[in-house]
Amino acid sequence: MDLAGIFAQLLNGVQYGLLLFLIASGLTLVFGVMGIINLAHGSLFMVGAYAAFLVGRATGSLWIALPVGLLGGIFLGALLERVLFRHFYKREHLDQVLLTFALILLFEEGRSLIVGNDFYSVPIPAALDFSVPVTGDFSYAAYRFLVIGICLALALGLFWWIERTRFGAIIRAAAEKPEMVDVLGIDARRIHLAVFAIGTALALTAGVLAAPLYSVYPNMGDGFLIISFVVVVIGGLGSVSGAFWSALLIGLVDTLGKAYVPGVAGLAIYVLMAGVLLWRPAGLFGRTT
Amino acid sequence: MAPRMPVPMLPQSRSGWLALALLVVALAGLPWLAPIYYIELGTTAMIAAMLALSLQLLVGCTGLVSLGHGAFYGLAAYTVYLATPADAGLPMWMTLPLAMGAAGVAAALVGALSLRTKGFFFLMVTLAFGQMIFFVFHDTKIGGGTDGAYLTRPLIAAFGFELQLPRRQRPIGTYYVALIQLVAMYGGLALLLRSLFGRVLDGIRVNEHRMVALGFNTYRYKLAAFVLAGMLAGVAGHMWAMHRGFVNPELVGWHRSAEALLMILLGGLGTLHGPIIGALAWVGLGEAAQLLTERKLLVEGLVILAVVLVLPQGLSGLGVLGRRVFGSPRVPSGTPAPAKAEAPPHG
Repeated sequence: MDLAGIFAQLLNGVQYGLLLFLIASGLTLVFGVMGIINLAHGSLFMVGAYAAFLVGRATGSLWIALPVGLLGGIFLGALLERVLFRHFYKREHLDQVLLTFALILLFEEGRSLIVGNDFYSVPIPAALDFSVPVTGDFSYAAYRFLVIGICLALALGLFWWIERTRFGAIIRAAAEKPEMVDVLGIDARRIHLAVFAIGTALALTAGVLAAPLYSVYPNMGDGFLIISFVVVVIGGLGSVSGAFWSALLIGLVDTLGKAYVPGVAGLAIYVLMAGVLLWRPAGLFGRTT
Repeated sequence: MAPRMPVPMLPQSRSGWLALALLVVALAGLPWLAPIYYIELGTTAMIAAMLALSLQLLVGCTGLVSLGHGAFYGLAAYTVYLATPADAGLPMWMTLPLAMGAAGVAAALVGALSLRTKGFFFLMVTLAFGQMIFFVFHDTKIGGGTDGAYLTRPLIAAFGFELQLPRRQRPIGTYYVALIQLVAMYGGLALLLRSLFGRVLDGIRVNEHRMVALGFNTYRYKLAAFVLAGMLAGVAGHMWAMHRGFVNPELVGWHRSAEALLMILLGGLGTLHGPIIGALAWVGLGEAAQLLTERKLLVEGLVILAVVLVLPQGLSGLGVLGRRVFGSPRVPSGTPAPAKAEAPPHG
């Protein structure tokens, strides 16, 4: 193994991890504030990827897909929250699981109706279809750099929103003590709507960014959903910064494992999760109650 | 001696038991009336019923919502495939304990880790470990990889007695074996629920803190229930391998677990027979959907959506009639069960 190869794999791991963060942060935020688990979150990612494919095919440009994913995500998230999820915050786990499972089936059928069941690759935008020389003998795909950049920018924006704005403070308070937020006369429904819309938009954006890297195919959301669960469990349910570090960890472990110890690497992240559960059942960044 | 208190999950009256007995008689009589195709469909439905029934021990009886239950079911089916030599069939008294054992060991490992968590964490961890088992069969060549593998003609034989049937009547034999297993599983679980063990599980479902305060090591009880449920899922998975003679990774995937949860919700959370009714209804619905349209998943998704939105009590919420026939559900319709209400996420 050469140094340049290791470096490339490290960057791949970071890029994969950041993409996972975009998906996992929405999951963990929605859970932290509303106490609901959204199994259809992987389907939202898939919607983003197929949106990139469709927009790319129709217009020939991926640049349009990015805002479409972001804005479409906010719209779709708001719609889902208003029509369905709002009524399920107080329901039992089982009902929430089945609601979101039904959504998975419906999203998959919708995908099958609109696009069909074939495997499609999505071209990397022509302007970015080159490699950036990093050192003398090592260069790295420009598109992957862009993905890293956008993911980092979104992550920073998310942290700023949660940690530095008034609305973010309300969100943190709502996750901590929902009764107090109610007592203070803050409209919880507005918070729920915003959190769900942002979470959905992040998942769709992740899908748009991922489409040229991983292609689009049926049930593509499933794999990402499960890995995001592992990320959330390791990071600590409801913790956005926990999700960030654990997404990077998972991205690196999975990528490096698959590159250097193929065969058993698929299991590495689950072993990691088992270890964390033995050591700190509430996750690395979760509060022990 | 078990206390003579009524067990809420079992029929409360003689007429309730009579209705269950009638259901068994109806199922036993089906092969005389229906063509082979529907007999095979009946076997599929009863296998689904066994899977849902085994999961009910966790969901309805103990209050643990697991999304990894399908993994033990699929693992058992794969165990039958892996244990059977390429040129001969193994008798059932060998394959069934092997399949149950493999499922039980896996459930013990997964349960020991995931029961360290609660609520949604438990749900996600069981799902992730279940998918781990899925990936073992999906990504390696152990069981034929993604394509799955055919089983050497499964043999329905026990204690030196082999079911010798002409090819056309084989499904009838399989059907009755599945029916006997289903009835035995219901009976066994009914006895279990009447025992102290079953009472403790019910106590954990209602209020785990109180059970801890009473001095019960609830972790051990939950783990025992998890392992037992895994082994019973193994019975269902074993029967699937016997019935279809084919295994593929889809058997292990989490969609199977979600479907089993749906069957439970469809039939009603509060009773032991609910999952059986739910499974029969669900398989029937899938069949009807396939006859009517090519978009089976669309119909299934819409039906699940309708059930969670309109019928949170399952089919038993359909009317007073169901309640009178099948005993009263413990939850009055319209109000969520207070015992199962989740504490606030970080409380």
